[in-house]
Amino acid sequence: MTGWLGPQEWQAVALSLRVALVAMLMTLPLAVLAAHALARWSFPGKLLVNGLVHLPLILPPVVTGYLLLLLFGTQGPLGRLLGELGIVFAFRWTGAALAAAVMAFPLMVRAIRLSIEAVDPKLEEAASTLGASRPWIFATVTLPLILPGLVAGAILGFAKAMGEFGATITFVSNIPGQTQTLPSAIYTFLQVPGGEGAALRLVAISVVVSMAALLLSEVIGRRVAGRVSGA
Amino acid sequence: MTLSVTLSHAFPGFTLDAAFEAPAGITVLFGRSGSGKTTVANAVAGLLRPDAGRIALDDVVLSDSARGVWLPPHRRRLGYIFQEGRLFPHLTVRQNLTYGRRFAPRGQRSDRVGHVVEMLGIGPLLDRRPGALSGGEKQRVGIGRALLASPRLILADEPLAALDDARKAEVLPYFERLRDEVAVPILYVSHSVAEVARLATSVVVLEDGQVVRHGSVRDVLGDSSVTPLGAREAGALIEARVVAHAADGLTELRAGDISLFLPRIAHPPGSAVRLRIAAHDVTLSTVAPVGQSALNILPGHVTGIRPGDGPGAIVSLDTSAGTILARITRRSVATLGLDAGMPCHAIVKSVAIAPQDIGRQPGGPT
Repeated sequence: MTGWLGPQEWQAVALSLRVALVAMLMTLPLAVLAAHALARWSFPGKLLVNGLVHLPLILPPVVTGYLLLLLFGTQGPLGRLLGELGIVFAFRWTGAALAAAVMAFPLMVRAIRLSIEAVDPKLEEAASTLGASRPWIFATVTLPLILPGLVAGAILGFAKAMGEFGATITFVSNIPGQTQTLPSAIYTFLQVPGGEGAALRLVAISVVVSMAALLLSEVIGRRVAGRVSGA
Repeated sequence: MTLSVTLSHAFPGFTLDAAFEAPAGITVLFGRSGSGKTTVANAVAGLLRPDAGRIALDDVVLSDSARGVWLPPHRRRLGYIFQEGRLFPHLTVRQNLTYGRRFAPRGQRSDRVGHVVEMLGIGPLLDRRPGALSGGEKQRVGIGRALLASPRLILADEPLAALDDARKAEVLPYFERLRDEVAVPILYVSHSVAEVARLATSVVVLEDGQVVRHGSVRDVLGDSSVTPLGAREAGALIEARVVAHAADGLTELRAGDISLFLPRIAHPPGSAVRLRIAAHDVTLSTVAPVGQSALNILPGHVTGIRPGDGPGAIVSLDTSAGTILARITRRSVATLGLDAGMPCHAIVKSVAIAPQDIGRQPGGPT
């Protein structure tokens, strides 16, 4: 495969896969928590939290990227704090993962929230009368029943993270081997004369990866749904 | 073990104010829809926090608003049988049954899975999922699931209401067995007088959020002033013993010193049964009837006449079989000149007594 792809192209693909995977895995638990809170809990400021969660979906990605830079850049308040702990985002692949995670978060929360709302709270009540505590109910009733939505949300998040461009390039720039993800690489190749060939190859890979993710989510979702519905 | 409940709770436009005790056996919370029955059950289960009140099982206080005690549902150790079953769709029948086991204290965990499975006849279903069960099977699994949580109290909220008549007839006997085999109180919510007649040991009648009557099932059903579902549903309960099954398809019963004949029932000779005689199936005669077809004639005395709002009246009769209620017209009351203390005969057609209104008497460990 490396023979077909140039080293820069290969780097971009590998980086994108890594960024998307890390972004998805780090976001998933948070997305489940946020989805559960928005679907089931009532607390003051819920509307505001709901807005914050969805903000990256609405804002221009450039704005999100710039806000990330302000917050997590080397001079940003959170960036400085985390820097002292040895966690650096600015102009690193970790920053690309953070940007991808922030952009994928609302999509994942929406998918998971829908599936939580589809779980009959009466089943959770039934579990509580049988002696199960809240965390236990979540683990043994809610979680298995939302598994299809969880898988769909995770794959949606992964695909979104793979394709993230605006926030990433604003936050961590476009450094080959460091922060140049697949979309950034395509963008770069299109800026130089004779780059169309490389760009097309990356476009093809993008299409294949996205399509594979969709098919996978469909197959897994169906299998899990069949198991969960008890049919 | 006795459950004692005192609670009040206000909804917009409706206030619940109830106090009663439920000993071992089945206590039916009886009333029409909207009378507050399910609210009481949910408050006992901890699914609803009442405005005020105290709920306790012997010395174990489940909630006490005066002392700020409130046990969450999962720490109450109850078994709740729901109208819609509420089985976990992603688990097999076996996993559903044993879901509550792990939460019971080690020493009190039921080791009777096999016994419960056999009692409910659900052995062949263990590896299926709830989606593949009939309504009656689901309810039997629901009973087993509640039972295997080793509860201190069993709640059942209209567990038969969603079933058709055939499924009801299938599940009812399992509740009779439950009543006779478990030592804990069972609080059973129902708006069906047939279920009261079959299952109840005591009855709490709720009307518009108030307890209007509380007593043994015989006293409550035999009281003509307590008709939460209207006079149409009135009918007294009689306790009898099966004497013999005759060759012509009739079963002879003995209640007091009166013989009764019914279309053949399944209970063997010698067994104690109870049957509800619907008040609208009873005819009255002031003289000993002759030359008529009804087989069951119960001589007695009129103890009360309660005129209804319409043309009807309910006449209470004291016979050696127990109290009988008869629903006749006020015109007939006047024509016969009925009055308290008068001797009178109640006439009941054998075929009028519905098979589903005949059940076995509570027995076994209580």
